[in-house]
Amino acid sequence: MSSKLLQNKGLTSILATRCSSWWSSVQMGPPDAILGVTEAFKKDTNPKKINLGVGAYRDDNGKPYVLPSVQKAEELLAKKALDKEYAPISGPADFCKLSIELALGESEELKAGLNATVQGISGTGSLRVGGAFLASFFPGPKEIYLPTPSWGNHTPIFKHSGLGVKQYKYYDPKTCGLDFQGALDDISKIPERSIILLHACAHNPTGVDPTPEQWQELSALIKKKNLFPYFDMAYQGFASGSVDKDAFAVRLFIRDGHQIALAQSYAKNMGLYGERAGAFSLITSSKDEAERTLSQLKILIRPMYSNPPIHGARIVSTILSTPDLRSEWLKDVKGMADRIISVRATLRKNLENLGSKKNWQHITDQIGMFCFTGMNADQSTRLCNEFSIYLTKDGRISMAGVTSKNVEYLAHGIHEVTK
Amino acid sequence: MKKSSVFENVEPGHPVEMNLLIKRYMEDKNENKVNLSIGVYRTEEGKSYVLPFVKQVEKEIVNDPNLNYDYQPILGTDSFFNIATQLLLGEDSIHIRNKNAFGLQALSGTGGLRSGAEFLARIMGYTTFYYSDPSWENHPNIFNAAGFTNEKTYRYFDRKTFGLDFDGMIEDLQNAPEKAVIILQICGHNPCAVDPTKEQWMKIADVIEEKKLFPFFDAAYHGFGTGDLDEDVFPVRYFADRRIEFFCSQSFAKNFGIYNIRCGALTVFTNDPSKISAILSQMTLRIYFLYETPPACGPRIVSRILQNANLKKQWIDTLKIMTARITRMRQKFQDEMIRLKTPGKWDYITKHRGMFAFTGITPEQAEILVDKYHIYVLKCGRINICGITDENLSYVTKSIHEVVSMTASKVNDIVEHEKIIQY
Repeated sequence: MSSKLLQNKGLTSILATRCSSWWSSVQMGPPDAILGVTEAFKKDTNPKKINLGVGAYRDDNGKPYVLPSVQKAEELLAKKALDKEYAPISGPADFCKLSIELALGESEELKAGLNATVQGISGTGSLRVGGAFLASFFPGPKEIYLPTPSWGNHTPIFKHSGLGVKQYKYYDPKTCGLDFQGALDDISKIPERSIILLHACAHNPTGVDPTPEQWQELSALIKKKNLFPYFDMAYQGFASGSVDKDAFAVRLFIRDGHQIALAQSYAKNMGLYGERAGAFSLITSSKDEAERTLSQLKILIRPMYSNPPIHGARIVSTILSTPDLRSEWLKDVKGMADRIISVRATLRKNLENLGSKKNWQHITDQIGMFCFTGMNADQSTRLCNEFSIYLTKDGRISMAGVTSKNVEYLAHGIHEVTK
Repeated sequence: MKKSSVFENVEPGHPVEMNLLIKRYMEDKNENKVNLSIGVYRTEEGKSYVLPFVKQVEKEIVNDPNLNYDYQPILGTDSFFNIATQLLLGEDSIHIRNKNAFGLQALSGTGGLRSGAEFLARIMGYTTFYYSDPSWENHPNIFNAAGFTNEKTYRYFDRKTFGLDFDGMIEDLQNAPEKAVIILQICGHNPCAVDPTKEQWMKIADVIEEKKLFPFFDAAYHGFGTGDLDEDVFPVRYFADRRIEFFCSQSFAKNFGIYNIRCGALTVFTNDPSKISAILSQMTLRIYFLYETPPACGPRIVSRILQNANLKKQWIDTLKIMTARITRMRQKFQDEMIRLKTPGKWDYITKHRGMFAFTGITPEQAEILVDKYHIYVLKCGRINICGITDENLSYVTKSIHEVVSMTASKVNDIVEHEKIIQY
């Protein structure tokens, strides 16, 4: 139809002419390191290849894992045949309530209605909404301090939210552990009323977490320096296998009287990566304040995507509010954590049995999805090129990609490039 | 002693009018209550409607042993955005074959607009955008949040004729600066329900091309304009055939009835296929920093339906049935308002398209309708025709008649409505 109209306008010649374009000056964006790893892995034909760049849990056969509790929740939801009407901007109220309760446990703050909680697009979206809120409303310096290193996307998320990004010492490459004194020293120097980002558990990318005693010291120092703690809790339950243990730091800070911001994700602990279920919360000092801040959070969300995707949130709510499913889920998540803990132990043992002279204790000291092996860029590259073992150049491996079937080969490869 | 707080000075934000209305409606115990505010489809019985084949497909998905919840690619899957772009430009579109058009998954229509606007502001450095007067209230919010710094409107709705102020629109576009981004709703305009004719679209294309403006189409109501999916996208296909570059945000919220799944797409039309990787790589980053990857649920549903000939036919037929119902209710509503001799102009209602009718009632009249008659309408006078049923038609029309007659002195001055319009 439209070509007929064009003919009538005598413009058929335009179709043959190359038109100019608006885009000629668009530069290629920087490539993503992790995507690069996955692409290279896909192209490799070596049957022994291992993908250690994967950020999603795999079972012991290297396959994606749908949690049985999630499958059951889906079946329940399909039977209920709920409507598809727009969710509230802040997400379903029951989802928000259940999420913050999961994080804080029994809490006076929740009973008093001091939280402002919104559904976010998984952890990333929640971090972004929080970043945007702080950029607009935080009364102190609009700067956030991240541990060194931190998840690669933290920096651009916060920068694009409108916050400046700075660092504090965290990881000690000499010990592959926590540079606790360095962290304390740097945190002491952070200007008052600044925002400090803390990984609640299973630090990404190092797997290095403070001990409970170290968390207590951090809480006291952060209080003394009047800093605003922003927790990223992407692995609650997935780290130790216990949702309560993994929430220790968050709950400690609340008990110690901090007002916190908190981003939660259900990507890993419920395996809902692609469903994008997460939450952002502020713990405020009054119900009125909670209402005011909530109203502003909604104003930030509306021009992003109007209201959140509900499917993942409904799965989460179904699981958390149905006692049988909730118990089953707690077992499922412990199962995932246990497999990772066990395969860490096996990897370390294999390396030691191969006669490696390096200290591999950090493999079992570290926790969660990732392990900072301590390998450098050359060694990581050799692992890719010579052994078809794919990881990022910083020596980070995703334990989710390690199975009882490939751990021996992995140990062999690591030993060869590090001896 | 009250603890001091970092948030003590946070002011309450303006509530969204729509949300307040919905809340009041839900809490309203009056048996005559009618919700004509929110833009969602309603059945003959006034109920929300999950399309039967959507339910069917969801059951299949739950029982699919190959289902997993892995991360989607940041831009969504190739197969999904091929589907989206084909729906927009036609399955055998030369523009898709020649790789001038490509898509990416977005968080429904809003997400498509936001992703595109972020790219235009932050990568292309564009500063100025235009939206119709009036338009969906969230349009300026989205573009301002994305980094645009200069917000303008173009004349659109003629408050005397209740039609399109075409001359005004063309004049405003002719005065727009080069590289201004022009938001254009393809059909079923929200809130006025007035769409340009084909000839008018052609003229709009002339001006946009001549003045080097950048068109950003909003296809939120694709399928609800005329009931014919191809007819509704005429402007997009026409611009593509004229090789005028554009963005188009697509929503599957209304035409699949999956509002809360947040499924949509952004289609890009470019004259320079060699630039596609650069454009996509920049889009990838913008999305990665906003929410990392899009939700998988929507594409699962939409792909299964559109890739199955039988289900696709059911979907196309259902859209026709839904729009036929809306057309019928438009006629009945208009007939009643005229029969009741309600002051004001009512004969334009059946000339309009989409879910809405712009009634011309004033904010004061709207407030009375809500407070006293429990009929929930927006202050701008927009009503959702879908919310009218055979059962409530008499009550709705009589109520509007009473309110408008009672305040008739205000009716003949067509009040300049606020530009604040909800979805």
